[in-house]
Amino acid sequence: MMAAPTQASASETRPWTFYLLGTLFCAYLVFLYGPMLVIYVLSFQGPDGGVTFPMVGTSVVWFEKITEPGQMADIPSSFWRSIGLATVVSFLTVLASVAAGLGFRRHFPGSGVLFYLAVASLVMPSLLVGFGIGLGFQFLGIKTSLFTSALGAQLTWTLPFGLFAMFAVVNRFNRSWEEAASDLGASSWQRLVHVTLPILLPGILGVAMGALTLSYDEYARTTLTIGQQNTLPLEIYALISSATSPTLFAIGTVTTAVSFTVIGLTLFLVFRMQRRRGQTPAA
Amino acid sequence: MDLRFDVELIAVTKRYGTTVAVDNVSLPIPKASYCCLLGPSGCGKTSTLRMIAGHESISDGDILINGANVTDLPPVKRGTAMMFQNYALFPHLTCLDNVAFSLKMRGVAKAERHRRAREFLALVHMEDYATRLPGQLSGGQQQRIALARSLIMRPSVLLLDEPLSALDPFLRVKMREELKRLQRELGITFIHVTHSQEEAMALADMMVVMEDGHVRQSGTPREVFERPASAFIARFIGGHNVLPWRNGMIAVRADHCQLGPAGDAPHVNGRVTVVEYQGPVVRVAIATDDGQEAAALLPDHVYHGHPVGPGDAASLSWSETAAHPLMH
Repeated sequence: MMAAPTQASASETRPWTFYLLGTLFCAYLVFLYGPMLVIYVLSFQGPDGGVTFPMVGTSVVWFEKITEPGQMADIPSSFWRSIGLATVVSFLTVLASVAAGLGFRRHFPGSGVLFYLAVASLVMPSLLVGFGIGLGFQFLGIKTSLFTSALGAQLTWTLPFGLFAMFAVVNRFNRSWEEAASDLGASSWQRLVHVTLPILLPGILGVAMGALTLSYDEYARTTLTIGQQNTLPLEIYALISSATSPTLFAIGTVTTAVSFTVIGLTLFLVFRMQRRRGQTPAA
Repeated sequence: MDLRFDVELIAVTKRYGTTVAVDNVSLPIPKASYCCLLGPSGCGKTSTLRMIAGHESISDGDILINGANVTDLPPVKRGTAMMFQNYALFPHLTCLDNVAFSLKMRGVAKAERHRRAREFLALVHMEDYATRLPGQLSGGQQQRIALARSLIMRPSVLLLDEPLSALDPFLRVKMREELKRLQRELGITFIHVTHSQEEAMALADMMVVMEDGHVRQSGTPREVFERPASAFIARFIGGHNVLPWRNGMIAVRADHCQLGPAGDAPHVNGRVTVVEYQGPVVRVAIATDDGQEAAALLPDHVYHGHPVGPGDAASLSWSETAAHPLMH
């Protein structure tokens, strides 16, 4: 309704700041997507080409090399390790942040303090958090490893994120849905399973996906707590500092494709869910 | 145990911290009646309803439903069902599943609960919308689904929290008729919270006017309208002139007032401020010489016989028998 007249009047008298800010925005887009675009193109470099332009023919040979366990890096195993860790992190984050999000609706004594304690780790320097956890494990004589120290280090990052996200989700949740469920004879467990969680599901999926991607490309906290076996970001970093070949670019292209697929699929699911439910007066 | 009443409130009090929302309210509601709790916002009517439903704890006093003390029982054990102001339909369930929800919670098998849910959808004329989600329905349709969802519990008391306030005026009148029809057909008690006196008068067998956490008057709409107990009630239900007269206050129905030479009849003098044409009647508001506001509702042929306009001097009169003395 509003769009048409606003646009018409805007096109007549656009101030010079419009062009200035427009240029700035375009420069930002080039800065953001330019390098990535270069990497995607260069990942199809011919077999005799190097890490810079010009392209010497095109091929998918660098993609094939990803799956060959190299001397310096083992991309496939580190990929599956990363996925495994990210899945566990995501699951634990959802579990804790949904419970906490629902719990924080009620102001209990000390809820403010607890909240600030929980989000404090968002502002702590990430490398120091990892360093501290690594040091702690060493002090206690426990070996650092993927599903102990690295898992814990990543949770210090994803839990407060999940809690924040759940606050936004829970804020839009109308209490009368739960009251209606109780009124209709649901026990508190039935109310949670049949009403609260399904209504919150789009938001919960968002938290799960957010935690998954945060974990999947986490570097700073993981590097000092991972122990013997690397996750994918650590492996890629090792690869960058040891050898350079278009394989790196191919890895970049593949991981981007994976990320976009996962995010696209989630958004599709969430949007479809919300469109089906439409505009409810209670929402 | 007194079974003349479906619901009986005995000295019920609700405190939130230091504020008293409902103060020592005792209210017997007869069997199978349509009861409207009426009052301005903040008068305690919604708190009262929520205490009957069991969604609000009771600070003091007792609530009996069908003679049984339900003060400490959870909502589902009270034999009540509540319809929420925003309907609170579950957005992720179809209309059929919304209506069947309470049966599912009780473990009724799918085929059986869907069969019964369809019966109740038919009761509210919504059988064609079984597979729709609430978000795809209009406000009036959502309300019918919410009604069906409450009624399938076979409550002995249905509690309605401002059920018509979200609807447009035309639909409001239509749903009003529908609510009254359902109450009559089902023969159960409806307790309906509203701030609209028009709604309460149209629906109620028993009208309860609340103010400041107290019940100020209860009775049939006709009793309340013809004999308002206080100036507050006379003003709140409308259609009355509240005027100081001799040593007290009186309420005179605006449709029992005349304009023009008063003769011996009691009257006040003033000037016309507003003339509103309302179809069958014309409302003429005047400001009296001693600073009161009053109005006459004149049949349109009477008004057009002697039309007046803003600024004209006018004298508003009534017969001695039309004046109803107010206590305070």
